[in-house]
Amino acid sequence: MELGLSLSVVLFVLGLVGVLVRRNLIMMLMSLEVMLNATGLAFIVAGSRWGQADGQIMFLLILTLAAAEVGVGLGLALQIFHRFHTLDADSMNEMKG
Amino acid sequence: MALILFYITSAVAIFATVMMITRLNAVHGLLYLILSLLSVGVLFFLLGAYFAAVLEVIIYAGAIMVLFVFVIMMLNQGKKTIAQERMWLQPGIWIGPSLLALILFVEMLVVIAFGGNAETGHVVTAKQVGIALYGPYLLAVELASMLLLAGLVGAYHLGKPMLSTSKNGRKS
Repeated sequence: MELGLSLSVVLFVLGLVGVLVRRNLIMMLMSLEVMLNATGLAFIVAGSRWGQADGQIMFLLILTLAAAEVGVGLGLALQIFHRFHTLDADSMNEMKG
Repeated sequence: MALILFYITSAVAIFATVMMITRLNAVHGLLYLILSLLSVGVLFFLLGAYFAAVLEVIIYAGAIMVLFVFVIMMLNQGKKTIAQERMWLQPGIWIGPSLLALILFVEMLVVIAFGGNAETGHVVTAKQVGIALYGPYLLAVELASMLLLAGLVGAYHLGKPMLSTSKNGRKS
């Protein structure tokens, strides 16, 4: 069980590093997927440890969140590509706020 | 034996994720991301969460990855697309993900050969999940449906201008 939790921590940190290091929007979204997946793994490990169904239900909710996030995020990536003709996240530094 | 399988699958997951975030090309990263998600699905199976393992493979490694492939292919229109595709489809690229997938496949064969029970934790069946999902968690299911509806409307709204003005995108 400790192994599963530490694996989920490692995967989460890897996803976080991917989001922070990569500047390609598609790669950032993929790293976000890895992070969501790692949290789902933590819930599954906990549910398996206690023999309860709640862990899998939280995983289902995370799955729903990931699906909605990917839909909207990829739509935003398409919009950005059509406006800026690049997928570089640093090219969108024109917002004055 | 299940613990050894758990270690191997964890190593595959970590390796695939590291390879994913270090690939320069998005398609190559996508290949390794699929392997990462598949290995996490195998981990779910080893933990006794069969329903979650099935959903992981079908929805994550199936549906969401198809969305990614669709968008990546949509963003690569133009003259140089054919040369780019030829560059992407070099045979050497497929060796790494194929080897990782082969490891997972061998693990599956080992589990089948040893009688199909390799869980390291308590087994939570789909029936228990369903009973809990439509009992105490009914409100959460409704909220998830609302979230999916919002995602659908948002994706439609964001993607709609592309369908009409895809030829001359607005210059900023």
